[in-house]
Amino acid sequence: MNPYVVIGAGQAGMQVCDSLRKSGYDGELILLGEEDSLPYQRPPLSKKFLTGDLDRDRLLFRPAAYFDKIAVDVRLRTQVESIDRAARQIVLGDGSTLAYTKLALTTGTRVRPLNCPGHELDNIYYVRTLTDSEMLLQRLASTERVAVIGGGFIGLEVAAVARELEKQATVIEAQERLMARAVSPVVSDFYAKLHRSRGVDVRCSSAVESIVESKQGLLVNLADGARIESDIVVAGIGVLPNSELAENCGLACNSGIVVDEYAQTSDPHIVAAGDCTMHFNGFLQREIRLESVQNAVDQAKVAAATLCGQPQAYRQVPWFWSDQYDVKLQMAGIGMPFDQYAVRGDLASQAFSVFYFRDNTFVGADSINRPAEHMACRKLLTQGTTLSVAQAQDIDFDLKQLAKAG
Amino acid sequence: MPKIIYRQADGREDAVEVPLGWSLMEAAIQNDIAGIVAECGGGCACATCHVYVGQGSKVELPEIGDMEGDMLECTSAERRDSSRLSCQLRMTAELDGLVVDIPETQT
Repeated sequence: MNPYVVIGAGQAGMQVCDSLRKSGYDGELILLGEEDSLPYQRPPLSKKFLTGDLDRDRLLFRPAAYFDKIAVDVRLRTQVESIDRAARQIVLGDGSTLAYTKLALTTGTRVRPLNCPGHELDNIYYVRTLTDSEMLLQRLASTERVAVIGGGFIGLEVAAVARELEKQATVIEAQERLMARAVSPVVSDFYAKLHRSRGVDVRCSSAVESIVESKQGLLVNLADGARIESDIVVAGIGVLPNSELAENCGLACNSGIVVDEYAQTSDPHIVAAGDCTMHFNGFLQREIRLESVQNAVDQAKVAAATLCGQPQAYRQVPWFWSDQYDVKLQMAGIGMPFDQYAVRGDLASQAFSVFYFRDNTFVGADSINRPAEHMACRKLLTQGTTLSVAQAQDIDFDLKQLAKAG
Repeated sequence: MPKIIYRQADGREDAVEVPLGWSLMEAAIQNDIAGIVAECGGGCACATCHVYVGQGSKVELPEIGDMEGDMLECTSAERRDSSRLSCQLRMTAELDGLVVDIPETQT
């Protein structure tokens, strides 16, 4: 029998391999990765890794010996050119072919590049791969001023690190508020205040017109006429799914590789998991693409189960987190869009949760420095427990007890 | 290098050399110790690196932080007085020989 092949050596790819072995698949297993590192954690790349306190070895999920132990043939620095579904083989960058019995696509995403004039200049950085962050880390040592384009999670985490390293930091966000896609205005405003109080120049509703070189470094020209002087630009304006391999071999794609509740693509021999998938989410009862550790891990487990002929539907409640300064944001469910919300706790104390409701149903919550509430919310959402606005905002109402009662 | 002894629920033990400053979660992951999941990679965000430590030991562990205390409320296995999140425990010379018990379940 030909091997099972996993394309993409990120968190999802690593989890597919791990789960395949745990589910009893004992045939040949090959993990292909473009980068030169064994699978590593990406979340610290925009956080702790940039402070220089974390060696690259400590980012690895598992040491090389682990892959030997579970007999995964990891092939790094390996490009995949195309997939020939009829012949059930893939064509590699060096022209060789690799036949497969089953294929898992865990190709992830890549950064959305800037496209304004000046986007090709030196001293413009992105944060996606280990190499990206190593270059940025190195450059930060001789940097005084950092202009961050994009006020989403990545941009704000980088701005927070820059301030912790005592650099000047400006955040330029095109939308009228920070993290607009992921959180509500209450939470956006809280974070704008937080960053301003730590000395970040936060500019919302600010479109970037161009970036030019000046004697002192870079100048970021904004549509409103403002000019931001900086030594470097860090862009965090979102990601694009790596779905070209799938598109080019005729798999159904729609802003991502389309999969069903079982991580199955439109080809019965191919599954897909992680950031690259547009998937039917059983919890949300709609199609969505999620960029998160939770989705990478949980959907990869589902994909492996499907490959092993033990299908289990993907129904997990989405969750996310972001660390900025000493403030931890944890999100449970998908709160957007909502028609009612409730604040529990005190914004000024920097420890509170915001609960979101749609048609009187609790759909998600953002917790700021309230991990126990976050965990309770994940439980409530998983169980589908009824929660009212009044209960949510009553600090004396015991959420944990409600979660336990189911 | 000082060692930590990871003990599974079935009594099986692995002695692991842990570099100073590493978290006990990281050392477990890098040595492929079963039963420490660490979904969030050490962000104190998931409570899947829960361990029991210090029973019968005189070693002084750092106090449980607010965040860790909250997350310990949400562990999959029962919380005991000895419950900690291994991502929040940093290796020191004093911890040499410490036994860390891994609960039966993390998720």
